Amino acid sequence: MTAPKEKLVLIGNGMAGINTIEHILKLAKSRFDIIVFGSEPYPNYNRIMLSYVLEGSKTIDDIILNNWSWYEENGIKLHTGTAVTRIDTKERIVYAENGISQPYDKLIIATGSNPIVLPVPGKEKEGVIGFRDIGDCSAMIHASKNYGRAAVIGGGLLGLEAAKGLVNLGMKATVIHLMPDLMERQLDPTASAMLKAELERQGIEFKMEAQTAELLGSDRVEGVRFKDGSELEADIVVMAVGIRPNTALAAEAGLQVNRGIVVDDYMQTSEPDVYAVGECNEHRGIAYGLVAPLFEQGQILAKHLAGAETQPYEGSVLSTKLKISGVDVFSAGRFMDSPELKVLRKQDEWKNVYKKLLLEDGKVVGGVLFGDVTDSAVVQQWIKNGVTLNEELYAEFMGVSGGSEKSPLDRVAAMSDDEIVCGCNGVSKGRILEVIKNDGLTTVDEIKSCTGAGRSCGGCIPTVSNLLQLALGDSYAGAGAKTGICGCTTLSRDEIVAAIREKRLTTTREIMHVLEWNQTEGCSKCRPALNYFLNMVWPKEHEDEKDSRFVNERLNANIQKDGTYTVIPRMYGGVTTPQELQRIADVAVKYDLPMVKVTGGQRIDLIGVKKEDLPDVWKELDMPSGYGYAKALRTVKTCVGSLYCRFGTQDSIGMGITLEKMFERLDMPAKLKMAVNGCPRNCAESCTKDIGFVGNDGGWEIYVGGNGGIKPRIADLLCKVKTDDELIEITAAYVQLYRETANYLERTSDWIERLGLDWVKASVLDDIENRNGLTARIYEALEGVKDPWKRVVEDKVERESYYGNTTLVTN
Amino acid sequence: MSHTEAQGTAVRYVSVGKLESFPTRVGRAVKVGEQEIAIFRTTDNAVFALNNVNPHRKGGPLSEGIVSGHSLYDPLYDTKIDLATGAVQAPDTGQAITYPAVIENDEILVGLPA
Repeated sequence: MTAPKEKLVLIGNGMAGINTIEHILKLAKSRFDIIVFGSEPYPNYNRIMLSYVLEGSKTIDDIILNNWSWYEENGIKLHTGTAVTRIDTKERIVYAENGISQPYDKLIIATGSNPIVLPVPGKEKEGVIGFRDIGDCSAMIHASKNYGRAAVIGGGLLGLEAAKGLVNLGMKATVIHLMPDLMERQLDPTASAMLKAELERQGIEFKMEAQTAELLGSDRVEGVRFKDGSELEADIVVMAVGIRPNTALAAEAGLQVNRGIVVDDYMQTSEPDVYAVGECNEHRGIAYGLVAPLFEQGQILAKHLAGAETQPYEGSVLSTKLKISGVDVFSAGRFMDSPELKVLRKQDEWKNVYKKLLLEDGKVVGGVLFGDVTDSAVVQQWIKNGVTLNEELYAEFMGVSGGSEKSPLDRVAAMSDDEIVCGCNGVSKGRILEVIKNDGLTTVDEIKSCTGAGRSCGGCIPTVSNLLQLALGDSYAGAGAKTGICGCTTLSRDEIVAAIREKRLTTTREIMHVLEWNQTEGCSKCRPALNYFLNMVWPKEHEDEKDSRFVNERLNANIQKDGTYTVIPRMYGGVTTPQELQRIADVAVKYDLPMVKVTGGQRIDLIGVKKEDLPDVWKELDMPSGYGYAKALRTVKTCVGSLYCRFGTQDSIGMGITLEKMFERLDMPAKLKMAVNGCPRNCAESCTKDIGFVGNDGGWEIYVGGNGGIKPRIADLLCKVKTDDELIEITAAYVQLYRETANYLERTSDWIERLGLDWVKASVLDDIENRNGLTARIYEALEGVKDPWKRVVEDKVERESYYGNTTLVTN
Repeated sequence: MSHTEAQGTAVRYVSVGKLESFPTRVGRAVKVGEQEIAIFRTTDNAVFALNNVNPHRKGGPLSEGIVSGHSLYDPLYDTKIDLATGAVQAPDTGQAITYPAVIENDEILVGLPA
């Protein structure tokens, strides 16, 4: 018996809370029963990326960080669309709407923040929107379809991102700002003016130094009136004047609340066993509204709850990056000139670049970058460490010429090991080098999935890439040349299959999202490959994705250049009957097929079948699919063998039929051909097959990796076996090894060249345990296969959707 | 079958069927008189209509291609075609014929030359 688990309840299903849970799962997976309440009807998504959703460069699915199955797999009970209404700290119970009451041992409040709504008349009118969650985003996208003019109140980070998104959606957007400068809490007037000019160029209009007095209109908002009496017409008004920690629940429960929920250096509130993390809390007088601090807090809270040793949280350096494509702005720490500060600045109006560094007593205390933010990580680091400026750093920042300018590689080499590379997730240079060295990681994406670096804002990815180059030298020199399985990714086949297994990815869509495909829905190269990998890894669970199949595999026939199809029925071992031949002839006549051809694989091809006729043709043939169109077992070619041939020593036809029936219909990386010969005369030509068998008096020889096609290769002898059972077992293991390790579309001939015959022998022959695993897995996969022609004939819906022939009568 | 008056040009809108009978990311060909129209419904529930003739010199259909976002990989020669404009993407060249398509009352309407 193990001790009962403690109940850990999280209120707030957002980035701060779930990030904390992720850390807890890493540290002490079995310690807690975890229950999560979220008021939004979605799993945890990347709120920072809402701007991209609005801008149209990402979809909502793209920004989901933890999908539904993540909660399930980690045994987390998730209540979405369920707001918690009350916390009883005496009884240790939280109460939610729809009557749920949930006792807790430890409670984390991560309720985030709410947009501030200006207290002006008309604020409740239809068409007045915040910019905080997916709902707000959808409302704006929806509004853009029906209306033309938007007013955005607030010229800060959120307001500008909202305005850019609305312009991209085709609206005319005007930003209304109270102050004379945009983002005046992060930028000095120079950077602010450059930003404004750039955004005006991108189509945003501005009304500066304007105070909103009233929102006009009847039920629906029609415009904004300002204090000076002037008006602006608007069909929607987006309020983006700021956020306020969402503390109502905590305050009601009697927790100490100032601006945010007051916490100590371990995120503990004024109540024992109640914690608050992220934007809802206030630490040493500061309520943070940015992502990096909440990750830092989450890490410390997780360690604290898991009973691991941890440094106290001592606050974060605030930095800001604007997320508008083509506008690079960065600011950290102090940014305004002031008598006690020394300021370095460089303004280049030709390239539209502005750089500013602020020093107090020689130490870096702040910086602003516009137009070129490559130095942002460095500047942030300098501020955090309170670095004293010296000649070298000066030259680096100002880009002074004279040969002293550092290459990016020198720059990362000069970083100390504890320097933070990814500010969002607190990943140091040392940690990244460690995983490169110890775990053999070779790509940015591997490092991302292993350490989290680059997962949030992506700003540090160039530095990560430089570190890889630094650590791996020439073997990474191919960095730029490193090619993924297609143009959509830089990941290799092995990296993808590993991620499918480790992250339990279950759909092509999920793979492309989690592994950050650069084309949301992939391409004609990766989609069929991913579908195959999923079928291979999860033979029972994965539902085949027809839309990711090539036309031939989707329709179970071979498309020809005129859009008709060919049909090859299965003839096991190349053996047929007069009855089958009769039906084939009848079908050919009835459907007026232009050609009937004998194939190279001992069967018959019916050419020129119309798509809409395919199901009827299959029904009337009443034979299984020969899979002539598929990445699967095609044909098992046989000679006559001992049954009739005077030279035959083994029953090649019998063995061919057995093998064909055994391995047909199973997806392979590429087509697979077999041949069985009854004697060494080799009439069925084993030497050019993916796997071929040659019978002799004492048993069989097994040949592998032969190919007679585009790149001919003579097969290698894998081994000799004495019995039919051994033949089948080794074939099963060999085929599964190929299924599990070959690139998609890689024939066994190339696969063996790549991995080596010795490795194949070791995997299939020498390592018995491995062989048993392979055979067990292929038999499991084989259990699920069905004849596709029969399925279509019987399934009216599939038949109609994929083979339906709609003709509209026109007049 | 419904006919909707289109603005300006001589286009008549023809219903090609219920939206639900078009699976997402799988094209379907519909014959209107002599002409075959390939209909595509994308993941975001947009609908596109193209003349079902591959702009490749060897011809063939388009309706069986792999659909990704608002692009189509043609089923025979694997060229990438923009569903909205019909333009064949570089490095290949060509132009498929497109027709306006809209969803109205759960039906897909395609605007064909009158």
